[in-house]
Amino acid sequence: MPDDVLAKIEEKVKNNKVMLYMKGNPDFPQCGFSAHTVEILRSYGVPFETEDVLANPEIRDGVKRYSNWPTIPQVYINGKFVGGCDILHELHERGELAPMLKEAFEK
Amino acid sequence: MISPEEIKTTLEKALPEATIAVQDLTGGGDHFQVVVVSSSFEGKGLVDQHQMVYGALRESLGNERIHALSLKTYTPEQWQRIGS
Repeated sequence: MPDDVLAKIEEKVKNNKVMLYMKGNPDFPQCGFSAHTVEILRSYGVPFETEDVLANPEIRDGVKRYSNWPTIPQVYINGKFVGGCDILHELHERGELAPMLKEAFEK
Repeated sequence: MISPEEIKTTLEKALPEATIAVQDLTGGGDHFQVVVVSSSFEGKGLVDQHQMVYGALRESLGNERIHALSLKTYTPEQWQRIGS
């Protein structure tokens, strides 16, 4: 059931300060964009939860509908959709990612 | 497969006043870098800006004619600052 999938996604997004939907896992990413996103997150030393969309086609499709965003990876911070690889990179470069993470982990 | 020209034409229809550059990164017709400079991005966050571009390419992304897209969006003012 599609609604089950969205509920499952919602639960993960709300229960993890940083949630990353990616291709592969952090140690063995299966796509350059996912790899780069992991690299950025790791540079901050914060814990983050991931889910491999390649292992679950329903989640792969569901997360795109959940955020109305057509691509993977997808990063959620503090329950909110932040963007994909390009946006995370941009926020990192602009120095805007650090305060977002700080706020998430101070709560 | 899709050509850089087709991506550019599709985006120009959706964002008529934008300046758009499309580069085929691998020559394989499925990995692209797209840079869009548009005054319609002013006052919008990055997610909204990217949504506007993705929205126009939704079909090509959905059927995986475009496999990977690296996207950069700027307002004209931001673009000028980068260039100078």
